[in-house]
Amino acid sequence: MPPGVEIRANIDGHEEPVCCYGCKAVAEFISGAGLGDYYRYRDTTSTRADELPPPDRWSAYDRPELVERLSRAEPAGGRSITVLLEGLRCAACGWLADKALHMESGVLEVGVNPATARARIVWDPAQVRLGDLLRILEHVGLRPHPLAGEPAEQLALQERRSALKRLAVAGLGMMQVMMFAVPLYFGEHSGMDPQIREFLRLVSMLVCIPVALYAGWPFYKGAWAALRARGISMDVPVSLGILLAFTASVVNALRGEGEVYFDSVTMFVFFLSLGRYVEMIARHRAGSVADALARLAPVTARRLKGASVEDVRTVDLEVGDELLVRTGEVFPADGIVSEGDGRVDESMLTGESVAIAKSTGSPVNAGTQNLGAPLRLRVTAVADDTVLSGIVALLERAQAERPRLARAADRAAAWFLRRILVAAAVVFAIWWFVDPSRAFPATLAMLVATCPCALSLATPAALAAATSALARRGVLVAHADALESMAGATTVLWDKTGTLTRGLVRVEETRPIGKVPEAGCLALAIALERMSEHPIAQAFLAAGGAAGTASESAVHPGRGIEGRVDGQLLRIGTLDFVTELAGTANGVVTADEDQSWVYLGSGEGFIAAFRLSDQLRPEAGRCVAELDGLGLRSEIVSGDEPATVARVAARCGIASRHARLRPDSKLTRLRQLQDDGAIVVAVGDGINDAPLLSGAEVGVAMGRGSALAQTSADLILVRDSLDALPEAVRLARRTQRIVRQNLSWAVVYNLTALPLAALGFVPPWLAALGMSFSSIAVVLNAMRLSRRMPAGPTQGWSAASEAGAA
Amino acid sequence: MEILFLLIPLALLLVALGVWAFFWAVGSGQFDDLDSPGWSVLADEDKPDKKKDEGESR
Repeated sequence: MPPGVEIRANIDGHEEPVCCYGCKAVAEFISGAGLGDYYRYRDTTSTRADELPPPDRWSAYDRPELVERLSRAEPAGGRSITVLLEGLRCAACGWLADKALHMESGVLEVGVNPATARARIVWDPAQVRLGDLLRILEHVGLRPHPLAGEPAEQLALQERRSALKRLAVAGLGMMQVMMFAVPLYFGEHSGMDPQIREFLRLVSMLVCIPVALYAGWPFYKGAWAALRARGISMDVPVSLGILLAFTASVVNALRGEGEVYFDSVTMFVFFLSLGRYVEMIARHRAGSVADALARLAPVTARRLKGASVEDVRTVDLEVGDELLVRTGEVFPADGIVSEGDGRVDESMLTGESVAIAKSTGSPVNAGTQNLGAPLRLRVTAVADDTVLSGIVALLERAQAERPRLARAADRAAAWFLRRILVAAAVVFAIWWFVDPSRAFPATLAMLVATCPCALSLATPAALAAATSALARRGVLVAHADALESMAGATTVLWDKTGTLTRGLVRVEETRPIGKVPEAGCLALAIALERMSEHPIAQAFLAAGGAAGTASESAVHPGRGIEGRVDGQLLRIGTLDFVTELAGTANGVVTADEDQSWVYLGSGEGFIAAFRLSDQLRPEAGRCVAELDGLGLRSEIVSGDEPATVARVAARCGIASRHARLRPDSKLTRLRQLQDDGAIVVAVGDGINDAPLLSGAEVGVAMGRGSALAQTSADLILVRDSLDALPEAVRLARRTQRIVRQNLSWAVVYNLTALPLAALGFVPPWLAALGMSFSSIAVVLNAMRLSRRMPAGPTQGWSAASEAGAA
Repeated sequence: MEILFLLIPLALLLVALGVWAFFWAVGSGQFDDLDSPGWSVLADEDKPDKKKDEGESR
C-alpha cells in the first residue's frame, strides 16, 4: 500500500482498511450483497484489482455469434460455457463466484473448481446476457477468460483422473506388499514354514504385477519416447530400475529361491507417481499455452465493407481489410490506424502499464486492447504473421532448444548413476577374485537393491517436501526439476516492469511553478483527471484526497485534459498541450526524455509539473541484496528507456543493465550468459518475457503476471512479492544438499550392508532392520525441508535455518 | 497358520473391491475438486435470497 494513502471500505457497518480502490469496490459489493461470509471463509489474501478496464469490455460477449462459438447448447436447456478465472486462489473465491452468479436470474448452474481455476456456467440466454455474467465475475475480482478449447480441458481432466487411478493402485499395492514383506524379513530370522514363505512371495508378486505394469506404465512410455528421440530423461533410469528389479523378483519368486524386491518396486512406483501427480496438478493450474492464447486474441472482428459493418471470424481476416475496433475491444490483427485518435493498452504484450497514444498512421498489435475512442484499422498482418504469434513462435523455439526437464534430470541421474556403476564394478571385481560364479548375481542384487531405494526415496521425497514448503511461502512449483538448477544459479535476469517495479504509475513528485502550493496543485490536477480512466489519471486519483470537480471538461486523447475548475480554464497533459493555453514554457522544468512529466497550466501561465513513474517494489532492493549475498548477480533486461532503467537499477543496487531490448534480444542476451557458463534465473511477468522465462534454466513468473508468462515459468510467485525469491534459492540449495546426503547415504549403506550380509557377517534380521531404518532415515532427512518454514515473512529465519542445516 | 491361505486371498479380494470402488469414484468426478465441497457445508444460505427458492442447483 503506498504511503499516505488510506482507503477504507464499509463492511457490515465497520470501516475496514483495504489495499486499493478495486478492493474497496469488491469489499463493498460483497458485504452489500450479503456475501460477507466470504471474509470469514477465505484463506488467502486476494489479488489486487488495480486496474478496472472500461465497463464495455464485456459487451462484445453479448453478440450472438460469439456466444454461439464459445458455448454449447445443454440438453436440459440453456447454454454452457467454461471460463478460466484469473485470480481464483482458494475455495472461498470459488464460493464467491458461485454466489455472485446465482444472484442473477437466468443462471441455471454454476460449477467452480478452485483446483483448476475453471468455472462452468449454464445460463439461459433469454433471461441474462453472457457479457453481464462475465462482468459480475470481474466485479468480484476474478477476471474471466472464456475458453473455446473445450477438448483441451477434457484432455487435462482425463489426465488427472488417470494419474489418480494409477497412484491409488501403486499406493494400495505398496501397502499390501509391505504387509507381506515384513513377515518375510522376520521369517528369515526366526524361521518360517517354507510353504508359507513361498505363498507370501507369490502373493507379493501377484500384487506387484498391476503396480509395475499399470501404475508404472507412464514411466515406460516416457522412457520409450525419450529413447526414440535419441535423448535421455529421468524416465530411462527409472524404467530400467523398475523393470530390472521386477523381472529379477519374478524370476526368483517363480524359482522359489533368491531375493525378491517387490517391496522396493512398489515403493519406487508409488513415490515417483506421487511426485509426478503433485507436479501435474501445479502444471494444470498454471494452464497451457493454448489457454493463454485463447485469452488474448478475440474470436471475431468487425470488418468495414463500404458503409456497412459485418462481423467476421478472426481467421477469415485478410491483409488490407479495414476493421473497426471499439472502445474496450481487443485488436484481432496487426495493423495501422487509418482513422481515429486513441490510446491502447499494450501491457499484455510488453508488460508496460502506461497506455500508448495512437493516431492515424500508428501501428497497433493483435492482442492489445483499445482503451480510447473507436479506431479504424487497416490490417497489415494476420494469424501467424502478427507480433503476438511471433512471440509465441519464439517461445516454442526457446522451449525446444533447451529440453529443460531432461537436462536437469540428467544431471541428478548421471551423478547417481556414475557412483552406482563404479560401486558395481568394484563389487564385481572383488567377487570375481573371491568366487567368479557368484560375481554376477551379487552385482545384480546390489544394483537392484540400491537403485530403486535411493532413486525412489532420496530425490522425490526431498523434492516433494521442498515443493510443499515453498507452496506455504507462496511459491508455486510447476517443474520440480528446476529446483536443482536453482540451487546452482549464478545470475538473475530481471525484466524491470512488474517485477522490480509494481507496474503501476504513481505521482512521484509535484513541483509547483506558480504561487499555488503543492497540495493545491495536486487538488486541481485531480479535479481534472477525475474525468479519465487513463492509468495516469488513476495515479493522480490514488495520490490525493478530496478535490473539486471540473466542469466543461474535455479529454484530448494522447495529449491531456481541459476543464474549468472554480471558473478558471485549466489544462493538464503534455508540454505542448499546456503551452498552447499557458503561453511560453519559460522557467518550466525541461523535460528529460526518460521521465514522464505531466504539466498543469491556466491562461495565466504554468502552475505545476508532476513527475510520474512506475513505483518500485519496496522489497526489490532488499531482495537484490539478499540474492547478491547468496552469490547471484542481478542484471536488468528491459524494453524500457535507458534512463528509466538506470534509475531503477541504481535504486535496487544492480550494476549491469540492458535497456530497449526486444523479446528476441532478451533471449540473445540470455544465450550469451549461458554460453559463458552462467545458470540463469529469469524473473518476468509480461508475454514478452515468456521466451526468456522458458529459455532460462529457471523461469520465475509473478503471480499477477500474464498467463503466458506463468505457463512458461518453473516457479510462480503467487503472493506477488519478491521476498519469496531468495528463500526459494536457499531452500533449493538445502534441497540439493539433502538429495546428495540421501543418495550418498543410500550408496554407502548398500555398499557396506549388502556385501557384509552376503559374506555372512550380518544376520538377516539385522539387515532387514537396517533396510527399513535406511529408508526411514532418508524420508526423515527429506522432511527437514518442510520444517522451519514459518508462515510469515521473517528476516532472522534464514540465517538461523542455514546454520541449523549446515 | 494354514488359515493364511484363506485370509490372504480374502484380503486381496477386499483390496480389489476397494480399488474398483475408487476407480468408480474417480470416474464419476468425485475427486476433481477436493476443496469446495468442504466449504459448501459452511456456506449455507443463512439469509434467504431474492430469487432461487428452488434451492442450490449444484
